[in-house]
Amino acid sequence: MLEIQNLSVEVGGKRILNDLNLHIGEGEVHVLFGANGSGKTTLFLTILGFPGYNVVEGKIDFKGIDITEFNITDRVKLGMGVSFQHPPEIRGVKLGDVVEQLLERRGGGDAKALARKLNLSEEFLSRDLNLGFSGGEVKRSEILQLLAQNPDFFMFDEPDSGVDVENVELLGGITNEMLERDRRPSKRQKSALIISHIGYILNYIKADRAHVLLDGRIACSGMTEEIYNHILNEGFEGCVAKCGKEGVRCEF
Amino acid sequence: MKGLKAVLQNAEKKVLGVSSEEVKIESYRLKGGEHDSISSLKELDEYEGELLAAGIDPEEKGRSGSFLQQDHSVVFAKSLIPGLEILSTEEAIKKHSWLDEYLWNIVPADKDIYTKEVAERPTQGYFLRAEKGTKITLPLQSCLFISKDKIRQNVHNIVIAEENSELNIITGCTVAHTVSEALHLGISEFYVKKNAKITFTMVHNWSGGVDVRPRSATLIEDNGVFISNYIFMTPVKSLQMYPTAICAGENSRASFQSIIYAHGNTNIDSGSRIVLQGKGSRGEIISRAIATDDARIIAKGDLVGEAENVRGHLECRGLMLSDSSMIESIPELKARRKNIDLSHEAAVGKIAEEEIRYLMARGFTEDEAVGMIIRGFLSIDIKGLPEGLARETKKMFDMTLEKVM
Repeated sequence: MLEIQNLSVEVGGKRILNDLNLHIGEGEVHVLFGANGSGKTTLFLTILGFPGYNVVEGKIDFKGIDITEFNITDRVKLGMGVSFQHPPEIRGVKLGDVVEQLLERRGGGDAKALARKLNLSEEFLSRDLNLGFSGGEVKRSEILQLLAQNPDFFMFDEPDSGVDVENVELLGGITNEMLERDRRPSKRQKSALIISHIGYILNYIKADRAHVLLDGRIACSGMTEEIYNHILNEGFEGCVAKCGKEGVRCEF
Repeated sequence: MKGLKAVLQNAEKKVLGVSSEEVKIESYRLKGGEHDSISSLKELDEYEGELLAAGIDPEEKGRSGSFLQQDHSVVFAKSLIPGLEILSTEEAIKKHSWLDEYLWNIVPADKDIYTKEVAERPTQGYFLRAEKGTKITLPLQSCLFISKDKIRQNVHNIVIAEENSELNIITGCTVAHTVSEALHLGISEFYVKKNAKITFTMVHNWSGGVDVRPRSATLIEDNGVFISNYIFMTPVKSLQMYPTAICAGENSRASFQSIIYAHGNTNIDSGSRIVLQGKGSRGEIISRAIATDDARIIAKGDLVGEAENVRGHLECRGLMLSDSSMIESIPELKARRKNIDLSHEAAVGKIAEEEIRYLMARGFTEDEAVGMIIRGFLSIDIKGLPEGLARETKKMFDMTLEKVM
């Protein structure tokens, strides 16, 4: 689904990502751990094609197409969908109208029914996008838009930050459904990359693989549980202690 | 220091550039704008597009009555509801001897060269009145239409909602596409009596060669409500206006909401003023202004608190879409009592890149995203309108926006 090869990225002339490689196959859910400032958000926005994130080396293939030079819209139209951590407030643009338009693109659907699934009222749909939303409301609104969009590849930026337990559970359940985690692995077609600082969401979403991002490169990769436990015990640096600093791909 | 002086002078010039230009009234004709009456608005089918763009429905569907003035002649004035009077101002003066007290009462005839001109050489205007206790929720439509080139239209309008009545008005000012130059002077005096309500939704559909100078005022008595909605989306050569609502009665209310999308060489100097004179009266001024191309907008708002327990809020937001356009936002609050509450918010900016990118990340193109943001910026919730009129207003808004974008 997503193949990142030798990717180096600069932001404002400063190298943030260095020779990064990542392969996410069809039906796979990967989680990316990393401390603040390790480059997680840069990777997220580079995959999405945000201007200002300059790919100086390497390339990104999506569904077998080189999208390195594509703009945001074209990448999304190919089947990408994202949930932002801090989406901007847009005055006068109604959440409901955006959801309706996303549904229309797929040939229709019931916005209100989708909202109900997420415990969001009809009144909530008539609110301005992200204006005065609480932390939990932001996450649910992002997931609602993803439900309406129904992409093949999902990216979640810190889906569990600033959300209470109840909401994480609800969002976890719906995300699992969206990602077809209830199907047998061979029947799954949806892929995802979850960016997480604390990994709390993993109590609810089962990821197939995990990676640790350190100083702009993937320092180690492996089974989610193993990596997660290692981070809990040794911290992010522990992964370097085990794998070394040379940027060699290191498997747990 | 010389450089600084030049900069300051230049800044001064730019501010004054819009408002200080006096229109040469005499260069527009007062003759040659006479037309015969018509028996149905549909007879003006050659101007259907112009009328529709100003919110006028030639079939009069869902309307309580219609008024149409073409150039210097009132060609159509008809009420469809008992208790609602729709006349030309000239006829109304003949019919009601008491009307003298209402003419030039809250807009002084000697206010400026434009009021003087209309006082000396009036060319009709509308008289709209809801009789005591008559609540008319269906909107009436009035239209001031310029179809002849190089004329001046000097109208004087009087609107009265008697005690316990309600009047909902859609008024459109429009110009035939064949007109290259014209001048519209419009004096309007609104009277909202005790417990009465007027909603006045005005669409300006001028063109790039027209100078427009409305001068209007509203007097609101005890518990009266005046709601003004203003939509401006087509170019104009110059527009200058500063409608004033005087909340004279206890617990009276006034609200001005304006949506301005200025493009081309449009010059707008527009503001709203509410004077809170009655105990417990309330006022609200909300404006949204977008400037693009070489358009220049001065958006003013003035709240004056003169009585106990009054409250007023002013909100001006501006969006800049080009480097050669200009917005000046001038909010003013004037307090003359201890126990009052006046506030304002003003902001001028550009479209935030992150908003565009966020929408692009949902699969919208950049143009679609910008369109959605602009549409959202302009779409203020127009409060206080009956459902039908609210729908109609939204339709009008969508239609004009569709056309300009």
